[in-house]
Amino acid sequence: MDIFANLLLGFEVAVSPIHLLYAGIGVLLGTLIGVLPGVGPVATIAMLLPITFNLSPVAALIMLAGIYYGSQYGGSTTAILVNIPGEAASVVTCLDGYQMARQGRAGPALAVAALGSFFAGCVATLIIATVAPPLAELALKFGPSEYFSLMVFGLIAATVLAHGSLIKAIAMVVFGLLLGLIGTDVNSGVLRFTFGIPELSDGIGFVIVAMGMFGIAEIVSNLELKGDREVFTKKVTHLFPTREDFKRSWAPVLRGTALGSFLGILPGGGALLSSFGAYTVEKKISKHPEEFGKGAIEGVAGPEAANNAGAQTSFIPMLTLGIPGNAVMALMIGALMIQGIAPGPQVMTEKPELFWGLIASMWIGNAMLVILNLPLIGIWIKLLTVPYRFLYPSILVFMAIGVFSLSNNPWDVLVMAAFGLLGYICVKLECEPAPMILGFILGPLMEENLRRAMLLSRGDATVFLTKPISAGFMIASVILLLIVALPALRKKREEVFAEEQA
Amino acid sequence: MLKIKSPKDFWAGMMFLGVGLFFAVWAAVNYQMGSAVRMGPAYFPAVLGGLLAVLGFVILGGSFAVKGPKVPQLHFRPLFMVLASCIAYGYLMKPLGMVLATAVMVVVAALGGHEFRWKEVLMLAVALVVFSVLVFVKALSLPFPLWPDRFS
Repeated sequence: MDIFANLLLGFEVAVSPIHLLYAGIGVLLGTLIGVLPGVGPVATIAMLLPITFNLSPVAALIMLAGIYYGSQYGGSTTAILVNIPGEAASVVTCLDGYQMARQGRAGPALAVAALGSFFAGCVATLIIATVAPPLAELALKFGPSEYFSLMVFGLIAATVLAHGSLIKAIAMVVFGLLLGLIGTDVNSGVLRFTFGIPELSDGIGFVIVAMGMFGIAEIVSNLELKGDREVFTKKVTHLFPTREDFKRSWAPVLRGTALGSFLGILPGGGALLSSFGAYTVEKKISKHPEEFGKGAIEGVAGPEAANNAGAQTSFIPMLTLGIPGNAVMALMIGALMIQGIAPGPQVMTEKPELFWGLIASMWIGNAMLVILNLPLIGIWIKLLTVPYRFLYPSILVFMAIGVFSLSNNPWDVLVMAAFGLLGYICVKLECEPAPMILGFILGPLMEENLRRAMLLSRGDATVFLTKPISAGFMIASVILLLIVALPALRKKREEVFAEEQA
Repeated sequence: MLKIKSPKDFWAGMMFLGVGLFFAVWAAVNYQMGSAVRMGPAYFPAVLGGLLAVLGFVILGGSFAVKGPKVPQLHFRPLFMVLASCIAYGYLMKPLGMVLATAVMVVVAALGGHEFRWKEVLMLAVALVVFSVLVFVKALSLPFPLWPDRFS
C-alpha cells in the first residue's frame, strides 16, 4: 500500500517537534489575523509570508498552510460574532451564524463550524493523498504544449468561476500576465519594461503585488465605511452543541464536505464557491427552508465544512501541476519559488518529504485548530472589540516591515503603495484582483512553455490542437467560455432591446 | 452623440486599452520580435498587449451600449494618507531608523481614519514601536537600524 507508506513518511516529517511548532504557530497567527474584520486569508498570508523566508522549505510550507486554514477559521469566527465577513467565503456563514449569535447560540455555531471544518479537513486530506499521486504522474508526461494549454484552461476556468464580469476578469488575467513579464527575459537576457530602473531587472516581487492589491487596497476601502458594528462581547457560554444540533448538522457536514472537496479541485474554485454551493444545496433540500437566514444550524454546518474541504483540495492542482487555482495558491507557489523549488509534478517525486509532510501536517493543523480555537475563543472575542482605528495602522506597519525586509530597499515599499493604488482603482471599477495575481504568477511560465512548444513544432501553432491532451484543455476552455458568455450575451441584448423600447 | 451608460466599464475599458497599447507598442519598438519559431523578447508581450487592448476596447464599447453602475465615490484622504504612510516608512527607515519611521507611519496612517486623537495615536505608535523592535529586530534579528546614524 503505497499511500500508507507515503502518509507514514509524511507523518514522520510532520510530527517532528520543529514542524509541529511551525504548524502551531501558523495556525495561531493565521487565526489571530484572520479574526480581524476585513482581513482575508490572502492578505493574511501575504502579510506573514516574509516570516517564513528563513525557514526550510518544508517548515515554510507547513506554516503557510497553517496560516491559511487558521485565517479561514478566524474569518468564520468574525462572521458569526460580528456579521462582518473576514473574507468572501465567510459571507455565507454570516447569514445564519450571526443570527444564531443574536439568539444567544454563538457557542454552538462556533463549535459546529470548528467540528465541521475538522471533519471536512480530514476527509479532504485523504482525498489529496489518493488523488494527487496519479495526477502528478500524468502531469509528468506533459510537454510544453500540454502545459501551455493547461495554463490557458486554468486561467480561463479561474475567471469563469470568479464572480463579476467575465471579460473584465479575463482582462485582469492578461494584465497580470504582462506585469509578470517585467524584468529580465530568461531566453535573451534582455531587460523588458524596466525603464532603466535597476530594481526592476529581477521583476516585481509577487509578495509586494499581493500585499498592495489585497492588503493596502482593502484597508483603504474599509476606511471608507462608517458605522459601528455590533459585537457579541458577552461571554460565549454553552459552547457545546446540543444533541439536537448534532442531529441536524451531521448530514449537512457530509454533503458540504463532498461538494467542497469536488469544487476545490477546480481552478478558480476553492473555499468561496464551495461555501456558496453548500448553502444553496442545504437550503434546497431542507425540510424547513424558511429557517434559513434566521439561524438555521444547517446553514453554518454545511458551508463551513464545504469551505474547509475546498480550501484543502485546492492544494491538489497546486501540488501536482504547479498551477494555482486561486489567489491563495498563487501565493503558495510564489512561496515555493522563493524557496528555490520549481512547482510542478516533479515536487512529489523529488521532494517526497515536502509533499507528504505538507499533507500530513494539514491533518495535524486541522486538529490543532479545534484544540486551540475552542478554548481560546475568549481571546478572539477580545480581539474583535479592538476598534479599526487601532488595527489598520498596526496592519500597515507589519506589511511595511515585511516588504522592507525583502531586500532592505525602500523601492519595494514604494511599489507596494503603487499596487495599493491600482488595487483601490480596481475595486472601484469592479475588476477582481484575484485573476490578476494568477496571471502574474503564471506569466513567465506561460511564455517559457509557449516558446518551447513553438520551437519544438517549428512554428506550427496547430500543435496545441493536434496533441490530444492539449487539444482537450483547449476545447474545455472554449466550452467553458461559451457556457458563461452565451447567457450573458443574451441578457445584455435583452437589456439593450428593453431600453430601446422604453 | 454617444453617451456613456456604464461609467465603471468605461474607465475599466480605458485602463485596459491604455495599458495594453502601452505594453504592445513599447515591446514592439524596443525589443526584438523574432519569429513564431524563435520568439524574441517582444513577441509574447506584444501579443498579450494587443489582446488586452482589444479586451479593453470591447469593454469600452460595451459601456456605451449597456447601462451599468456609476463609479462609487473615491475617498482621497484615506487613500492618500495610507499610501503616504507606507512610502514615508520605506524612505525614512535608513536615514531615521526604525523607531522614528514607525512613529511617523502610525501618525500619518491615523490621519486617514475617521477620528484622530493625539493621545490615542501616540500610545498606539509607542506600542507598535516597542513591539516591532522586540519582535523583528531583537527576536527575528532583521537588520534594521533603530536610530538615526549619528546617534548610534
